[in-house]
Amino acid sequence: MNIEWTSAEAAFREEVRDFFATHLTDDLREAGKLMTSAYADHDASLRMQALLHSRGWAAPAWPVEYGGCDWSVAQHYIFASEYARAHAPPLSPMGIRMCAPALIAFGTQQQKEFFLPRILTAEHFWCQGYSEPGSGSDLASLQMAAVEDGDDFICNGTKIWTTHAQEANWIFCLVRNAKEARPQQGITFLLIEMSSPGTEVRPIVGYSGEHIQNQVFFTDVRVPKSNVVGKIGEGWSVAKYLLEFERGGTAYAPEIQARIEVLREFAAELLDEPLFAAKVARASIRASAMEMYELQSLSRLHAGERPGVAASVMKTLGTELAQHVAELFLEAAGQRGRTFQPQGTRPGGPVYYAHSKAPAVGAPQAIVAPLRYLNERAGSIYAGSNEIQRNIIAKAALGL
Amino acid sequence: MNLTYSDEHDQLRASVRSFLRNRYPFEAHRTELASGVTSAIDLWRGLAGEIGLLGLSLPERAGGLDLDALSTMVVMEELGRGLVPVPFLETVVICGALLARAGGASADALLERIVTGDSIVCFAAAESEMRANWTGIVTRARRDADGWLLDGTKAVVIAAPWASHIIVAARTSGHPGERSGLSLFVTETSRRGITLHEYPTVDARRAADITFDAVRLPHDALLGDEGCAIESLERIADDAAAAVGAEAIGVLERMLEETLEYSKQRKQFGQPLSRFQVLQHRMVDMYMALEQARSAVLLAHLKLDSPARQRALAASSAKVTVNDACRILGQGAVQIHGGMGMTDELAIGHLFKRATIIEHEWGTSDAHVMRHAQLCRAEQS
Repeated sequence: MNIEWTSAEAAFREEVRDFFATHLTDDLREAGKLMTSAYADHDASLRMQALLHSRGWAAPAWPVEYGGCDWSVAQHYIFASEYARAHAPPLSPMGIRMCAPALIAFGTQQQKEFFLPRILTAEHFWCQGYSEPGSGSDLASLQMAAVEDGDDFICNGTKIWTTHAQEANWIFCLVRNAKEARPQQGITFLLIEMSSPGTEVRPIVGYSGEHIQNQVFFTDVRVPKSNVVGKIGEGWSVAKYLLEFERGGTAYAPEIQARIEVLREFAAELLDEPLFAAKVARASIRASAMEMYELQSLSRLHAGERPGVAASVMKTLGTELAQHVAELFLEAAGQRGRTFQPQGTRPGGPVYYAHSKAPAVGAPQAIVAPLRYLNERAGSIYAGSNEIQRNIIAKAALGL
Repeated sequence: MNLTYSDEHDQLRASVRSFLRNRYPFEAHRTELASGVTSAIDLWRGLAGEIGLLGLSLPERAGGLDLDALSTMVVMEELGRGLVPVPFLETVVICGALLARAGGASADALLERIVTGDSIVCFAAAESEMRANWTGIVTRARRDADGWLLDGTKAVVIAAPWASHIIVAARTSGHPGERSGLSLFVTETSRRGITLHEYPTVDARRAADITFDAVRLPHDALLGDEGCAIESLERIADDAAAAVGAEAIGVLERMLEETLEYSKQRKQFGQPLSRFQVLQHRMVDMYMALEQARSAVLLAHLKLDSPARQRALAASSAKVTVNDACRILGQGAVQIHGGMGMTDELAIGHLFKRATIIEHEWGTSDAHVMRHAQLCRAEQS
């Protein structure tokens, strides 16, 4: 074992660092630094994807044949760290990190050839149709119906918490094609074009005033059976596979460490206060332990293992530390953190609440802080609430 | 010792609660956020004229009732429960008390206008680089033959866009960091040289940064004795900490009630959320945090007129306990509501925003913990 980078890895780090230093525009850097949630400004995120795609780095985790990079775990981690340090806005995870792995693992050759190149260029922008109003943590109770009709399914039902559905042209859905004894049976993983007749998107305005989430309604929507990924009725195993990737396929530590660096800069004066300095130090300590855990987990993933229980550990620790860092930002913002000035941020969607159009007053991180704090509460709710993750860990890791 | 509420307190609570429920339903709050048009401020005259709330704690000479601190506590709790973003804290609790303690003809005249609901007064003390420490004030007032000249900038002055008058804390002598040399002034918002840079707040108020550029004030704009405002400012910070603590109790009580209700309605895995032990324990922790905060806030109100040290200890204890409760109940309520807790659609998210702001205003936990430690240490030595 050796924790130091090899000279080749160090050279790779320089290459990535140079790329961001040369190509990341001030506007993109600002879009990354002034995010109010886990979701970047949509346009900025598309421009970022185009920039990475031009260098062949839009989807490094994919197999090389589909446009991925043949990187070692170390290289993936270096890339993630440099990405975060540069404050580059993240790409939408729904296509590259969530739909694509399902296609790669379970899709037909035809599906791969049609969808993967379009995901890479963002010609197809995806959203995720898992949760329903009555099915959140208990995802397997989902009700959206898909009734077979010749070569098609006729779909009726609704999906909720669909991030950026207002921007998406495709949605990957879990639908119920049959009522079986176990709720996990009779579920199908289905790709639906958002322009299909009978599809309607209604905004859900968040308490931060931003429109990022939606509810999508499907009324007699006709979808060809060729859009099923995996086998009809076996969608649950595709979904489980993806949920593991959603939770554990990416590292949390690089981004959190980059945010702690921003915090140290922003709250420099407050670091003279021992109580506050101690909290920042503790956050940093948690991040470094997490980084090591993530590196080990990703090594196993790279060796061909599934993320397994580590995915739940990473998701729980990662989201809770990210929430804590957001608390520290809000504390550091002081009275300025009370102001609602989204015009001084780069929100993840249009802002519905009335606000001033005049330039924002105060330090940019102070203005971002309250919105980020509010939106970070989603971390312990989405992708399987942290209560669900703890149940999984109790079973899978402790055998309880 | 007697720790039961009087019938008058109970009646006051009942009448404020029913007035606010009828006149400021949750939908009004939501509409306000989207439109930016504040209907809450229309309530102000109703609070004065219809239920006579604005003069409760103010002196009889100005038309008030001169009631005890517990009456203010009850009103603040109900304003919190009703999610009502009116400037009761700023105008009545803070500025009303400062004017009443200062006395004098012009202060009394303004007090009368507060009681009738004709004047909203905001409190401009904090400056952008300052944290919980009045001695850092750099805004200056300079005396000359015609009165005073005021220069400086105040940050995040709550209710300033609604206010007819501003009470300003400024340095009339000495340097930032010194306790002496601070004075209070009252001015009309419309005076030449006063500029407001307005914006909304996360918790549905309106606020502004205020610039004073060679603002000319008459001699009698000075409130209280020149250079001696620090004790008055420290007192008012404790009054305010106690009052927002009371407001928090109302906010958090409602959050707990709505969370319990939601957990009984919402089913997952074939049973209501309220049947899951992990959530039961979380709700029990929320309940206990609320009860602790309620006790600490009551103590703080009962000690507001005690000697400064006792008052400060109780106020700091209350604020720290309230801050913990705001976080425990706020984050717990949102978590148990899931995604719905983060939407504009339910009151829970809006209550969470107010609780979060209360946690950070009138002193962070760190600041109050340190003050508490220093006060205890000072007594030992």
